[in-house]
Amino acid sequence: MGTLVDARNIRGVYYTGGKDVVAVDDVSVKIEEGEVLGLAGESGSGKTTLGSIISLIARPPLHVEQGSLEIDGKVQELGGDAKVPRTWRGAVVSMLPQGAMNSISPTKRIRHLVYDVMRSHDRKVSKDEALDRARERITTLGLPARVLDAYPHQLSGGMKQRTVTIISTLLNPRLLVADEPTSALDVSSQKILIEMLLEMLEKKIMSGVIFITHDLPVLRTVATNIAVMYEGRVVERGPTERMVDDPQHPYTQALMSSVLAPEPKYRKIRIEGMSSFDRSLFDAPAVIHR
Amino acid sequence: MSAIFAAEHITKTFGRGRRQVQAVKDVSFTLAEGQVTTIVGESGSGKSTIARLVLGLMPVTSGKMIFQGKDVTHLKGRARAEYWRDVQAVFQDPFSSFNQFFTVGTLLSRSMRLVGGHVGRQRLAESLGYVGMDLSVLGRYPHQLSGGQRQRVMIARALMMRPKLLIADEATSMLDASLRVNILNVLTDLRDELGMTILFITHDIGQACYLADRVLVMEHGVMVEQGRTDQVIFNPQHEYTKRLLADVPKLHEALELEELHEIVEPS
Repeated sequence: MGTLVDARNIRGVYYTGGKDVVAVDDVSVKIEEGEVLGLAGESGSGKTTLGSIISLIARPPLHVEQGSLEIDGKVQELGGDAKVPRTWRGAVVSMLPQGAMNSISPTKRIRHLVYDVMRSHDRKVSKDEALDRARERITTLGLPARVLDAYPHQLSGGMKQRTVTIISTLLNPRLLVADEPTSALDVSSQKILIEMLLEMLEKKIMSGVIFITHDLPVLRTVATNIAVMYEGRVVERGPTERMVDDPQHPYTQALMSSVLAPEPKYRKIRIEGMSSFDRSLFDAPAVIHR
Repeated sequence: MSAIFAAEHITKTFGRGRRQVQAVKDVSFTLAEGQVTTIVGESGSGKSTIARLVLGLMPVTSGKMIFQGKDVTHLKGRARAEYWRDVQAVFQDPFSSFNQFFTVGTLLSRSMRLVGGHVGRQRLAESLGYVGMDLSVLGRYPHQLSGGQRQRVMIARALMMRPKLLIADEATSMLDASLRVNILNVLTDLRDELGMTILFITHDIGQACYLADRVLVMEHGVMVEQGRTDQVIFNPQHEYTKRLLADVPKLHEALELEELHEIVEPS
């Protein structure tokens, strides 16, 4: 399988009026066809910023100072004043922002949002066409068709999140960037959403996913590869199992060791968390597994 | 170990008529002195409602609550303020529970005044010491602190009352995993060093497993299982607990995923 997305040397800086904050510092990521790339890291590590730059929605105060994005062989410059074609946004790369499920208009039915999304990319699409497409998508992915006629408050959190995920991919983007899609869900709804995402990949609704989360056990379940970010840089990257079972970079090791799982060994030991690690170790050079 | 708190058949109903919702249905449990008891359950299971009932922030619809041998089901006025000296809480969101115009010092001394006490500097230093902070934090504003630091200040605030019972309602859910462990360690230290009783409410079974002496499992307002942590987590009896545990993603083993089933709509 070929490379789907090749993002190179991305540098994203927040111009805050006083001092500039470098949120993403010369990061390159590659995503293969059919891959889920997990982007992990603590709050403030730059994972959401990187996600929004790749999904072409960077807005002031965030400025992309350099970087390029190659999808299906087409290269798009991102830095400086480069103009991103409107057709890329949503149709080539689509972003599912954090908390999207709570941003649906509470006074409108879901089908209203579906029509809105479709129409903003295709002026000529009729209401019936838009809804037929959504209905077919929704039922093949195991949701009842009645969600289209529901108001957001009539759906559970898990259903709402699955619905916005489906809507964000109605235009069959090549890449979906999902920011913390499972974080507000309970474990059973998390599992169903993950199953649905993998099913969507299999059905080629989209061809790759960047899955941003701080929840490492979730990434273990969904990701093909994991990239760990720390202070704006990717410090380690590699196949999921390698990353969780045998991490090499000191920061990845610290991150993995602070995960609590319902396993007998956690009853007996005391974990010291990040505070027991020497922060200066985290500046070690990045480790990229092939 | 004796029980410091007992809830007997408590029920909480919201709304009326057809829109009535029973958030907590006939729940009984005890909190053993000097232990960490954890309530786990999914969103909407009624676990936070229990925290509010135990705190007396809203009245129970029926049932009885006993704290140190006294009936505390319907406390009012001064009696309730006294109850709040013994029972303190830390909530989920360390970002919204601060008045952003006050320094940490102002905030801490104000909250003490609410229950008619006066804070000596020594008490302040002690409380901050328990959570691994010192007096230098007093001059800071909330926006100058990280999420983990804010949550530790919130715990220090609760500790100033020297409570006998500390309720932590999803107190670590909004923190990064790395900071979360530190807060959990603060709680275990409070139990081990001060013999504090802690009611810890979470949806995360991993945290319950790390911290709790006893686990209570809630589903749709009903307490379906309770017992020693090892029993409940490693040998669950109730179907719901089993499913909940099976769905928890683990770091070192793959979660079993199923194929999606197509839902046939009844016509």
